[in-house]
Amino acid sequence: MCLAIPMKLVEITGPGVGKVDAGGVRTDVSLAMAPNAVIDDYLIIHAGFAIEVLDKEEAMIRLDLFKELAEATRDEVPD
Amino acid sequence: MKIKTEQQAAGKLSNDINLILHDYDGTMKFMEVCGTHTMAIHSSGVKSLLNKKISLVSGPGCPVCVTEKLFIDQAMFLAEQLGVCLITFGDLIRVPGSNGSLADLRSRGGLVKVVYSPMDSIEIALELAPQPVVFLGIGFETTIPTVAVTVKTAFERKVGNLFILPAFKTIHEPLKILASNKDLTGFLLPGHVSAIIGVDSYSYLADDFKKPGVVAGFDGLDILYALRSLVKMTVSGKPGIENNYKTVVRSEGNIFARKLIDEVFEPADTSWRGLGLIKGSGLAFKAPYDTFDALKRFPMQLPDAPDDPRCKCALILTGTLTPNQCGLFGRECVPENPVGPCMVSSEGTCAAYYKYGGT
Repeated sequence: MCLAIPMKLVEITGPGVGKVDAGGVRTDVSLAMAPNAVIDDYLIIHAGFAIEVLDKEEAMIRLDLFKELAEATRDEVPD
Repeated sequence: MKIKTEQQAAGKLSNDINLILHDYDGTMKFMEVCGTHTMAIHSSGVKSLLNKKISLVSGPGCPVCVTEKLFIDQAMFLAEQLGVCLITFGDLIRVPGSNGSLADLRSRGGLVKVVYSPMDSIEIALELAPQPVVFLGIGFETTIPTVAVTVKTAFERKVGNLFILPAFKTIHEPLKILASNKDLTGFLLPGHVSAIIGVDSYSYLADDFKKPGVVAGFDGLDILYALRSLVKMTVSGKPGIENNYKTVVRSEGNIFARKLIDEVFEPADTSWRGLGLIKGSGLAFKAPYDTFDALKRFPMQLPDAPDDPRCKCALILTGTLTPNQCGLFGRECVPENPVGPCMVSSEGTCAAYYKYGGT
């Protein structure tokens, strides 16, 4: 039930509320838990609330890490 | 990431785990605390890649599954005897109480509205005023701040006919009980609950119980990566708490969210299905927000609501049994006609085993 998905903040529509976009679908969210969010931030949305701002740098580190792991496999087992 | 890259990374992690365990004689049992992890583990096929020395068991991290039957009975009483409109997350709608589920109640003409956000309760309350409306307050730390904001907003807007039936749960106290279970080697810690409470808050697992814990994301690769960390820490005999979900989770958690919880709620004792009464593992309303407490506004004396004695949800929630060790599983208890909550919730362990054929 704690499912939460990243959506991009596209507009601050009022005090503590904003509009997020995921694949063209826009929806209103509360920013009460993420008051420092700015436009273009990816927010983690749960039950109509942004529970955290996604750390883009960490997201890249994660992708690089898995790419490195995949490459390490290629070295071990040739195609 | 390309599928091939993912497969190669998964293969590498799985091989790493095999290498670390090569000279290890014992077995390890890790618990995934969070229901969303349970689903991810089964849907991604992680189990099929795991060394046979490792087993995974599910914990009490599905809010629907740990909610007592009495809670459903209370909700039904409010609707049928007192004429309130119930508002709920969809997850709860098919959970059987002593006299059927909320879905049954609706088919009998009861007013039950399903919402995506607790904030929607405010508009429903205003629309139906003066009829009382009751939001069914289940959830962990991820969900609790959303209810706190709803209550604060309703208070400011002087919404007088909205109440909350509280069955909120917090994770640390049950985790301490589970950590003292000798069978469990370590914990795959929840992602979004940890976004609120922070990685640092789990230090007792390593310090006091000498068990490792890793906060993980929800992809199969994230879970394998976290399991490699757990295996490494176990073999080296150096338990620690690691954060493998830094994209979302901070060491200190979300202080704004915790402040919202603290403004509206204070710790209280609560009962968990499967674990019983655990001191300080729930939340009660603080003044002036206690006027929103449905239990205070509508005092009820309902009989105990024992579970079907054949249902093994209680033991499954604590990782003692797996679903296929329950005689009802897949026979009398199926997703279309569930006996226990672990089969009802889409995140329930039994539902995951049924859907993905777990062993």
